[in-house]
Amino acid sequence: MSVGHRLLAPGDSPVHRCPAHLKVLGLLGFMLLVVATPAAWYPAYGGYLLVLAVVIGVARVPPLHLLRRMVVEVPFVVFAIVLPFVAHGEQVEVLGLMVSQPGLVAAGTLLAKATLGVLAGLTLAATTEPHDLLVGLERLRLPSMLVQIMSFMVRYLDVVTDDLRRQHIALSSRGFTARNPRHWPVLARSIGALFIRSFERGERIHLAMLSRGWSGKMPRGMSSEMSNR
Amino acid sequence: MHVPDGFLDAPTSIATGVVAAAGVGLALRGARKELDERTAPLAGLVATFVFATQMVNFPVGAGTSGHLLGGALAAALVGPWTGILVITVVLLVQGLLFADGGLTALGTNITLMGLIGVGVGWLVLVAVRSLLPRRPASIAPAAAVAALLSVPAAAAAFTLLFAVGGAADIPFGKVLAAMVGWHVVIGIGEAVITALVVGSVVATRPDLVYAARPLVRARTLEVRRNTTAGDAA
Repeated sequence: MSVGHRLLAPGDSPVHRCPAHLKVLGLLGFMLLVVATPAAWYPAYGGYLLVLAVVIGVARVPPLHLLRRMVVEVPFVVFAIVLPFVAHGEQVEVLGLMVSQPGLVAAGTLLAKATLGVLAGLTLAATTEPHDLLVGLERLRLPSMLVQIMSFMVRYLDVVTDDLRRQHIALSSRGFTARNPRHWPVLARSIGALFIRSFERGERIHLAMLSRGWSGKMPRGMSSEMSNR
Repeated sequence: MHVPDGFLDAPTSIATGVVAAAGVGLALRGARKELDERTAPLAGLVATFVFATQMVNFPVGAGTSGHLLGGALAAALVGPWTGILVITVVLLVQGLLFADGGLTALGTNITLMGLIGVGVGWLVLVAVRSLLPRRPASIAPAAAVAALLSVPAAAAAFTLLFAVGGAADIPFGKVLAAMVGWHVVIGIGEAVITALVVGSVVATRPDLVYAARPLVRARTLEVRRNTTAGDAA
């Protein structure tokens, strides 16, 4: 499956059909509310989770699909586990270990907020086509140059990652496996080659655009027409 | 490496969002000078390149591996303004399409990895470049020092933000020392890889490396007598 669509769970629910700019605004508002919620308001977090569960249910995104993607959170779970041991404040005993009580509360809140954020973000990614998202960001008045750069990135994500994959196949078929830092120069040269290929591809794309009458500005609505295949 | 939602409180998140928006606004202007009207396709493809690069695992040993962050690399290859735009777009796509990094933390992530990561990287690179001989080969070591310093700089900035608007009361000095110490280790890896990548591009296409451009242009056409061929004749 292609990189750009890895997280997408195609469907035809009201959540899928909802315009992307409303979804992004909704997600932003929801997450600002979550982030601004004081640590001690435990029932509120249950409420947030319930709201998310309802949205995920309406969108009919398979829960397993979301759970598998939640690994992006792992580094921060580690950070949260360390927190009770380094934070200031009253010490309490948990399972025979002395930990900071405020640190423990902070770690719990942190995990709850980060988990809600990842889950909500995954729901957006699972129900929104990349090109719909770009149209939505354009409506939200994101600078058009930024949207254009993003649209090129979304369009060529698979092409460039495929380039990289082919380089790895070429290396593997010649018996190369990276095992330790002594193999870094080989990997780095392949990244260098990937840069040259990507940059030159960008130059060719620009020439192709010029030859089709590009004047330096995306015609309105073209991004959606072109991505509709 | 991406800061998720809830690590920093709402006012701090909004403040870093404003800083990020201002920085990206400046970068949008600056990038036009670096890439003229080719900005959109070229920055788009370079952003895709940075995204793909972060998927390459560099084995460290004992079953662990790391990947490149790419801030200093982007600064060296395409210049500071385009570099900031490229990292910003990578973070936007990762945050919105891959749920990697929280949406409310997007401003924080762009400020840390884009503005500070690329900005510090570029300033260090220019400083080191001015100390080294004016040869394209000087760019790789300059990029290494840039990467080495830009990673702990971003970590220190994060610790500062966490002390101001973090979710926990932490001993600032201890956490700063731990974060910077750990990120110096990461920075060493980043430095080695950045130098190797920049070196390989400089060796084949020095004209594509933004940081090497003043040095490449400085080379003048010269006539060299091919002595070995002359001896053989």
